[in-house]
Amino acid sequence: MTTEVKNLKGNAATRSKVQQQVVNSLQKRHRQEKLFRGAGVAAVSISILLVVLLFVNIFSKGLPAFWQHAIKLDIYFDPAVVKIAEKPVQQAGESDNEFRQRDLEWRSAVGMINFNRLIVDGLQKVIPDANEHRRDLQRIVTSGERFAIRDLVIKDPSIIGSTQSLFLLTDANIDVWLKGNIDRSLGDAQQQLSPKVREWVESLKAQGVIQNRFSFALFMNPDSRSSLASAGLAGAFMGSLYMMLVVIVLAIPMGVAAAIYLEEFAPKNKLTDLVEVNINNLAAVPSIVFGLLGASIFIGWFNLPMSAPVVGGLVLTLMTLPTVIIATRSTLKAIPPSIRQAALGLGASKSQAVFHHVLPLAIPGILTGSIIGVAQALGESAPLLLIGMKSFVASIPSSAMEQSTALPVQIYLWQGNELRNFFEARTSAAIIVLLALMLSLNSLAIWLRKRYEVRW
Amino acid sequence: MSESTVLNDAAKVKMTARDVKVFYGTNQAIHGIDMDIMENEVIAFIGPSGCGKSTFLRCLNRMNDTIDICRVTGQIALDGQDIYHPSLDVVQLRAQVGMVFQKPNPFPKSIYDNIAYGPKLHGLASKKSDLDDVVESSLRRAGLWEEVKDRLNQPGTGLSGGQQQRLCIARTIAVSPEVILMDEPCSALDPIATSIIEELIAELKQNFTIVIVTHNMQQAARVSDRTAFFHLGNLIELGVTNDVFTNPTQKRTEDYITGRYG
Ligand SMILES: Nc1ncnc2c1ncn2[C@@H]1O[C@H](COP(=O)(O)OP(=O)(O)OP(=O)(O)O)[C@@H](O)[C@H]1O
Ligand SMILES: [Mg+2]
Repeated sequence: MTTEVKNLKGNAATRSKVQQQVVNSLQKRHRQEKLFRGAGVAAVSISILLVVLLFVNIFSKGLPAFWQHAIKLDIYFDPAVVKIAEKPVQQAGESDNEFRQRDLEWRSAVGMINFNRLIVDGLQKVIPDANEHRRDLQRIVTSGERFAIRDLVIKDPSIIGSTQSLFLLTDANIDVWLKGNIDRSLGDAQQQLSPKVREWVESLKAQGVIQNRFSFALFMNPDSRSSLASAGLAGAFMGSLYMMLVVIVLAIPMGVAAAIYLEEFAPKNKLTDLVEVNINNLAAVPSIVFGLLGASIFIGWFNLPMSAPVVGGLVLTLMTLPTVIIATRSTLKAIPPSIRQAALGLGASKSQAVFHHVLPLAIPGILTGSIIGVAQALGESAPLLLIGMKSFVASIPSSAMEQSTALPVQIYLWQGNELRNFFEARTSAAIIVLLALMLSLNSLAIWLRKRYEVRW
Repeated sequence: MSESTVLNDAAKVKMTARDVKVFYGTNQAIHGIDMDIMENEVIAFIGPSGCGKSTFLRCLNRMNDTIDICRVTGQIALDGQDIYHPSLDVVQLRAQVGMVFQKPNPFPKSIYDNIAYGPKLHGLASKKSDLDDVVESSLRRAGLWEEVKDRLNQPGTGLSGGQQQRLCIARTIAVSPEVILMDEPCSALDPIATSIIEELIAELKQNFTIVIVTHNMQQAARVSDRTAFFHLGNLIELGVTNDVFTNPTQKRTEDYITGRYG
């Protein structure tokens, strides 16, 4: 009896000693935990802060570029200036080719007309002392607008003889001046605008003839170097769009098919191991290398045109393929093998098990992986530089075989433009457009995942 | 021997295995097993973990084919026909020899679709009404109909573990197999769900030949007609269940049953 009591006592003593040790170590553990949590919170806060800074910076710079100064002019389509023949219509018995030839001739005849005369005439109506400063008068409306007027005539020749009230974009330097993006205290020698032009635009703005309006030019026009104020994203946007189409049509089906084959059907041997290693390596290859590859294969061997979205799309396909394969494979790996066994056990063939049961479960993951791959491709610029998509293209491509550039490359090109004051904002605006596209792609991915996941 | 006391002499052999050896790569898991499985009997496989029960079971419907490194030699026949013969279609074999797995694995589809999948796959029911009948009768035979008849369109994965396992059994019997292989079908279930499934097995015996792997000796004793004891890839003893448990002929069987190892 007594010994037992003693033992119990001894136990209690050792127990409390153990407890004390536990308590001591507990304090240390809590400290470590706190430290770790603190570090985590700090890391997250810093990254959020950086993202916020980035967005604030880009939006504060870029948003003003969505509005641009335009001047409201009454343009008289003077028949004495706009002297053209009837717009040709296709005659009975005339071949398509003949008609196209006549139409082209007519268009180039229209192109020869001095539409600038109409603009100068319009300006004279709003600027009283215009005639004493003919040179300055030329600086107000950006040069690209004469082509906009030409296109109005081509579209509808019946406006000849009428007066149209039109908003014409002002020169980029005027936009910069009126937005206050240039130091007004600089001397005349350092100013891009002559004192007379500055005086005019100030007073026209005060009268409401010059207004800061939403800039459709940014979205509707291709890039321009002769008329900076009309430079737009449409060309680059279409280029990117064509490339995305190529990537979606090629990379996703090919990548998903390859992943399904490798994951579900291919025998596990040295060869497939080698393929697997190479796919992983491919995903780690710097994107610019794909550009080199594309330049030598698609342009060098297959003689595809330089600077064409189809080549860009093929290069981006090469780059996206490993991403899609890896994402699809990891999705397939995550599908429990019990589902495959259940199907096989019921007498489904291997491909039936895959296509009836595994693939439907994998679809959300495959879609997410694919869309993220496409979004990555959308933002890629390095490989495109090597296949000539960085050249200046002043037209909107109407097919994937025509020269064009891409949104990220356009950002790079604008970033390098000499008219910094104007293009800093435009560059940020282009970044906003690109980010918006990315965000919508990523939201699409999230939506698709959610949408298919609710089917338990 | 005393087998005739339980199995009448007229009992037909359903499956035969002769000198079956199984290799995983270079590692031999089964060392030459001979076995006859009778029609409409319940035969239980027992033995310590890793002795090859599941491996041998999977040979009986060639589920081992899905394991790349697995190689099977010897002969296994169903109704006298070699199931490893090149001309035999494994899809047809698996329709004849169904399988219920250790962990309930319903498809993440509705209860209805879980049952209907097999019959649709094999073209057993062409009309919707036929399919409805198959679904109902399968669920009834698995003792699940009353519990799920109002929620056939709800996901099979939303059922309890025991219900899921009965759903898997119903799914298997929906394709009218002749043999049902069960690999520890109750190991993930509580005692009540287990006893429900045991009753079910006793009932299914009238129509199917059942091979069941179990770690639960009482279960083997309760549900099976004959019991096979495996050890280290060998079939040590095969006999009428009662004999194996009360009067084992082999020392190793006795040691295992009395809990000396395993
Ligand atoms: N897929 C596999 N790949 C390689 N070896 C395997 C594989 N499956 C089983 N084995 C090996 O084969 C032997 C038999 O395994 P098996 O799964 O048949 O045992 P078991 O009797 O079912 O065991 P348990 O009672 O634990 O389920 C084991 O040594 C195991 O390691
Ligand atoms: Mg097992």
